[in-house]
Amino acid sequence: MGETWIDACAFSDIEPEDVKRFDHQGRTFALYRTEDDAVYATDGLCSHEQVHLADGLVMGHIIECPKHNGRFDLRTGAAKGAPVCIDLKTYPTRLVDGRIQICL
Amino acid sequence: MPLNDTIVIIGLGEAGVAAALELRACGHEGAITMVGAETEAPYERPPLSKAFLLEPTMPPTPIGGAAGLEAAGIAVHRGCTALRLARPSKQVICADGTSHHYDKVLIATGARARRLRLPGSNDVPVHYLRSVDDAIALRGILSPPARIGIIGAGFIGLELAASARKLGCEVAVFELAPRILARAVPEDLAHLIAQRHISEGVNLMTGVALTDVARTGSALQVTLADGRVFAFDHLIAGVGAEPETQLAADAGLAITNGIEVDERLQTSDPAIFAAGDCCAFLHGRYDNQRLRLESWRHAQAQGRHAAHSMAGETAPFTALPWFWSDQYDLHLQICGLNMHKAQQVRRGSPGEGLILFDLDAAGRLVCASGLGTISKIGRDMRIAEMLVERAAIIDPAVLADSGRPLKALLRT
Ligand SMILES: Cc1cc2nc3c(=O)[nH]c(=O)nc-3n(C[C@H](O)[C@H](O)[C@H](O)COP(=O)(O)OP(=O)(O)OC[C@H]3O[C@@H](n4cnc5c(N)ncnc54)[C@H](O)[C@@H]3O)c2cc1C
Ligand code: FES
Repeated sequence: MGETWIDACAFSDIEPEDVKRFDHQGRTFALYRTEDDAVYATDGLCSHEQVHLADGLVMGHIIECPKHNGRFDLRTGAAKGAPVCIDLKTYPTRLVDGRIQICL
Repeated sequence: MPLNDTIVIIGLGEAGVAAALELRACGHEGAITMVGAETEAPYERPPLSKAFLLEPTMPPTPIGGAAGLEAAGIAVHRGCTALRLARPSKQVICADGTSHHYDKVLIATGARARRLRLPGSNDVPVHYLRSVDDAIALRGILSPPARIGIIGAGFIGLELAASARKLGCEVAVFELAPRILARAVPEDLAHLIAQRHISEGVNLMTGVALTDVARTGSALQVTLADGRVFAFDHLIAGVGAEPETQLAADAGLAITNGIEVDERLQTSDPAIFAAGDCCAFLHGRYDNQRLRLESWRHAQAQGRHAAHSMAGETAPFTALPWFWSDQYDLHLQICGLNMHKAQQVRRGSPGEGLILFDLDAAGRLVCASGLGTISKIGRDMRIAEMLVERAAIIDPAVLADSGRPLKALLRT
């Protein structure tokens, strides 16, 4: 199956060390911009109770769920311990003319 | 560090599971045996008053990591109740006839729902909620047009009221105290929660005493001290939880509203530790006051801490108390304790999410309580927690201005 690059938002829509929600075709994703301006994308919902991670807090390379503070590495999607133990899926991203694209 | 001790953990709840996993994570190589009275695989209790009731096919939510216990070389005995701690021979003796030797034992037996003690309450069926079996029984009664009487407006009673309303039942709640959640939640937030229940159609009565419950025909009748009488199809009591202390008491350990442990979670017997809802511990953060908390994250944190203490570490337990509750789409979070509160600062509003910060006399942040949807308060409450953790001194004007992101304060 061919991969598709989807336009998500402008790079400047996300503050440094922050996260933004992106919905596409009934699915929801979380887009991250790190302190040093790298961009990552993961599934948008926490794997514990399906809360939007975009309401959580980014600290370095960690996204913390706003509900019970489950922690994931936003670069790899890896769950960092209880209460979360299911990893998040990650998606490739790229920057084109100041826009973030996500590969689905 | 004694890495080869034989360790027995009593209780397969949050504290017990966290302790077992943490022991292995910090390199403990000795035998670890867990015994738990319930037959169900270790599960989370918080959903039982919330999503589990609303979604009739939802399975119990497994405790994170519990599926990996056996793979970590931990022997798990479910449906196995510990009856006695034989301290001289260091044995845990179980109801199924087995006994397990220990070098160190962790009591993580949690709490049970306090029974209603009222004239008539032993003669009529009253539901309680602590276990998955209790919740399954509630699934069976919470469907319209059932009239549900809930006794006690604590967290469990209120969460049940919200779930029962969502399911279409007629709901009344009786609370003895003049307001709901008087002990745990600031008055302004408790008032908003009460208003929400009333606007959702709950008949919420505070400052009312029950004199008795009785069966009349097919209905269950509740009589109040003021003479009013109410009829229900089912009654649920949410009148608090009592720590499960029998084992420790029978073994001669001190009990004061929980198994007494020190700031390392060790009892007066150096081989016996306790963690979670069952223990009353000295809190290193609060002048070594003796506290007992009933909170999910706290039970996990204590389980992990007990693991380190059993492995010989000496650090005191200082984790910040943290609690949440969900009612309708309202999410409540509280971190810290407000016992040294001198000043309160409001951030936001009921509509946009309201956070109350408590500062002590020296201007240090000691507690934060937030109410709103998760998307409105989740992030700020997490930052608030880190600030309370540090007992940060922050300009109240900054806290009060919801236009100024709190995150910048973390860098100062
Ligand atoms: C319905 C409900 C909703 C909740 N909602 C929230 C919430 O929203 N937020 C929050 O922060 N907290 C909530 N809590 C509280 C939270 O679930 C508890 O604080 C937490 O479960 C405590 O963990 P624990 O390991 O100490 O005890 P428990 O989870 O009670 O586990 C103890 C285990 O030990 C077993 N046991 C007891 N005696 C013996 C024995 N003699 N031998 C063998 N096994 C034994 C018990 O059967 C039990 O399985 C809720 C609790 C309930 C019941
Ligand atoms: S919902 Fe994310 S940690 Fe629980």
